[in-house]
Amino acid sequence: MASTEIARQAGEGARAVPLSGHVGFDSMPDQLVNKSVNHGFCFNILCVGETGLGKSTLMDTLFNTKFEGEPTQHNQPGVQLKSNTYELQESNVRLKLTVVNTVGFGDQINKEDSYKSIVEFIDAQFEAYLQEELKIKRTLHSYHDTRIHACLYFIAPTGHSLKSLDLVTMKKLDSKVNIIPIIAKSDAISKSELTKFKIKITSELVSNGVQIYQFPTDDETVAEINSTMNGHLPFAVVGSTEEVKIGNKMVKARQYPWGTVQVENENHCDFVKLREMLIRVNMEDLREQTHTRHYELYRRCKLEEMGFKDTDPDSKPFSLQETYEAKRNEFMSELQKKEEEMRQMFVQRVKEKEAELKEAEKELHEKFDRLKKLHQDEKKKLEDKKKALDDELNMFKQKKTAAELLQNQAQQAGGSTTLKRDKERKN
Amino acid sequence: LALRNLEGYVGFANLPNQVYRKSVKRGFEFTLMVVGESGLGKSTLINSLFLTDLYSKDYPGPSQRIKKTVQVEQSKVLVKEGGVQLTLTIVDTPGFGDAVDNSNCWQPVINYIDSKCEDFLNAESRVNRRLMPDNRVHCCLYFIAPSGHGLKPLDIEFMKRLHDKVNVIPLIAKADTLTPEECQLFKKQIMKEIQEHKIKIYEFPDTEDDEDSKLIRKIKERMPLAVVGSNVVIEVNGRKVRGRQYPWGVAEVENGEHCDFTVLRNMLIRTHMQDLKDVTNNVHYENYRSKKLAAVTCNGVDTSKTKGQLTKSPLAQMEEERREHVMKMKKMETEMEQVFEMKVKEKKQKLKDSEAELERRHEQMKRNLEAQYKELEEKRRVFEEEKANWEAQQRILEQQKLDATMEKNKKKGKIF
Repeated sequence: MASTEIARQAGEGARAVPLSGHVGFDSMPDQLVNKSVNHGFCFNILCVGETGLGKSTLMDTLFNTKFEGEPTQHNQPGVQLKSNTYELQESNVRLKLTVVNTVGFGDQINKEDSYKSIVEFIDAQFEAYLQEELKIKRTLHSYHDTRIHACLYFIAPTGHSLKSLDLVTMKKLDSKVNIIPIIAKSDAISKSELTKFKIKITSELVSNGVQIYQFPTDDETVAEINSTMNGHLPFAVVGSTEEVKIGNKMVKARQYPWGTVQVENENHCDFVKLREMLIRVNMEDLREQTHTRHYELYRRCKLEEMGFKDTDPDSKPFSLQETYEAKRNEFMSELQKKEEEMRQMFVQRVKEKEAELKEAEKELHEKFDRLKKLHQDEKKKLEDKKKALDDELNMFKQKKTAAELLQNQAQQAGGSTTLKRDKERKN
Repeated sequence: LALRNLEGYVGFANLPNQVYRKSVKRGFEFTLMVVGESGLGKSTLINSLFLTDLYSKDYPGPSQRIKKTVQVEQSKVLVKEGGVQLTLTIVDTPGFGDAVDNSNCWQPVINYIDSKCEDFLNAESRVNRRLMPDNRVHCCLYFIAPSGHGLKPLDIEFMKRLHDKVNVIPLIAKADTLTPEECQLFKKQIMKEIQEHKIKIYEFPDTEDDEDSKLIRKIKERMPLAVVGSNVVIEVNGRKVRGRQYPWGVAEVENGEHCDFTVLRNMLIRTHMQDLKDVTNNVHYENYRSKKLAAVTCNGVDTSKTKGQLTKSPLAQMEEERREHVMKMKKMETEMEQVFEMKVKEKKQKLKDSEAELERRHEQMKRNLEAQYKELEEKRRVFEEEKANWEAQQRILEQQKLDATMEKNKKKGKIF
């Protein structure tokens, strides 16, 4: 149940008055608790870590139950998030627990984008809550809160240092979720190595500016234990759902030829510390931090991104209506402008294309005009030649006619001469 | 989701304790409004409820001051008990119902309640949200004058206007002026009228616990609660009690047979204070908020669409509108593009056809010309041939002539 009472200074502007008897409002915490219990609680854990680090087993061990799922293979193409929700009950407390597992984390050759799907998932839960919160008709009271309250980051028990993938991922997540780093399968590390490992990890986190979740020390009731536990981070855990008989009790343990690692033995590992901190002492604080810090940050960034802002504190407090209305008007005019721009662009294109085509048409006509002219010239030449030939023909005809005439005359004359001669001869 | 069996103690049963711890650290706040004509003992009741002198010499209550119009005044006090801190705001409405013409005397009250909701809405809607104090009115105690007859028109009017803005708990004031029988009848009459006018007074939430439901049923039977308040402590049979001393006896405030004060106190403070806050937050405030926001975002949008939009957040709505617009633009763009392409194609085709036509004509003319050339050449060839032949002929003739002349000359020459 998302609490509507955000922490504030009690009694601002109020004067203290003494009571002359028992009024009874000291039952308020009980009233609040009863309502919460009736409503039920929800808690969402995200487990980030490479395949095979025992994430599912640890969840089973923490909650004393066998959750669904088969062991994942290493051949996942990308990082996926698988989420499962369970209804648990202990005495009169009902808990809706969601466990989200990263599948395929660290399995790819190129792990550059590994953190992306995790960040997207976390943001998506914030977004869903934000959308609900911004609805006009909303039902926050019965909203199933899916925001991640705790992120258990599983560190591989190499004994040396954090992998660069770990640093990169945690750095991307530390402003979005409460990170609790744990050393997984810590039964692979000896006690002395473990101390060195923890120191190395802590110093690497500090030097890289990674903000991990600190158990709160502001409440006197739990300040001491929380501050001690902060010094034990990261918790070195071992998970097991198998039971082994130790003495006359059945305990959760892992059995090796050289001995048995007891999960709930604080000398063997920090499992008990993790359970204590995560579930028994600080579960509510984890939920509160998620809501008041991480979610608020997401919300603020999202709204600023969309252009919302508060007026300065001196001027009149911002009216929600005005914001929305102004936003909307701005938005609508922006859309209009875009539309207009596109239209203009098209008009321009049309103009340009028209000019282009006109140009092409002009060229075509010019080309053909040229050809026509050439043709005209050719025709003229032909005509000239024709004329020349005709002239020649005529001249020839004349010559021929003249020659024939001469010939005829000559013949006639010749004929008459011959006739004359013949005549003379005869004579 | 089926409930899973846990094989062993996990520890989240400790969660309520964590919640308890944090709530104590945070402290609590509650705003109680009292409405009724002057002289009905409102301030006295508050003092009796909270066992304190809220209004003292230094902070005189509104009843000590003469009011001409309805005011809405708040007093904030901090009280502590059993480690629990409560910031209590009492809102008084002096002048209510005291004028001759009381039309709209509820308006300042409504305005006050709305303005507190508005403040909360604004604080909730800021980008940078910080500590949000909850100053909304969580409960309104409405004091009914003990006439013994029924509700006055003003009572009905007020409750009808306020019942969907705030938790209204009607009380019969100065109940020590009614005998138990008169009180019973009065209560019955009031409840009847409340039902007739469909007034929704604060209802107790259902509970699964049998004992609790029994208790609640008992309370419901005694509604509206008839109360008596007192600032004075009197000794009765060796006990020190708050009460009102009469010649005929002491009306004890906390005596269940004398009045319902204890019932009210237990319900208001000890068992249902949190529920009053929750109902204010989840019902009354949400009503205010959704009405306010619906008015904003439905500005300029036709009402046929608004029904579906109420379930969307304004941001989501804008996102959707943006997406719709992007699609519209895309569609427009493709359409324009299509028309453009088509027109260009047409034009290009025309140009092509025109070019082809011109080309064809040009070809034809060229061929025509070529044909003429050929013709001309042929003609010339023929002519040349003819000419050559004729010239050849002429040459022969010439030669013949020459020969003939030569012979003639020879003959002539011979003779001589």
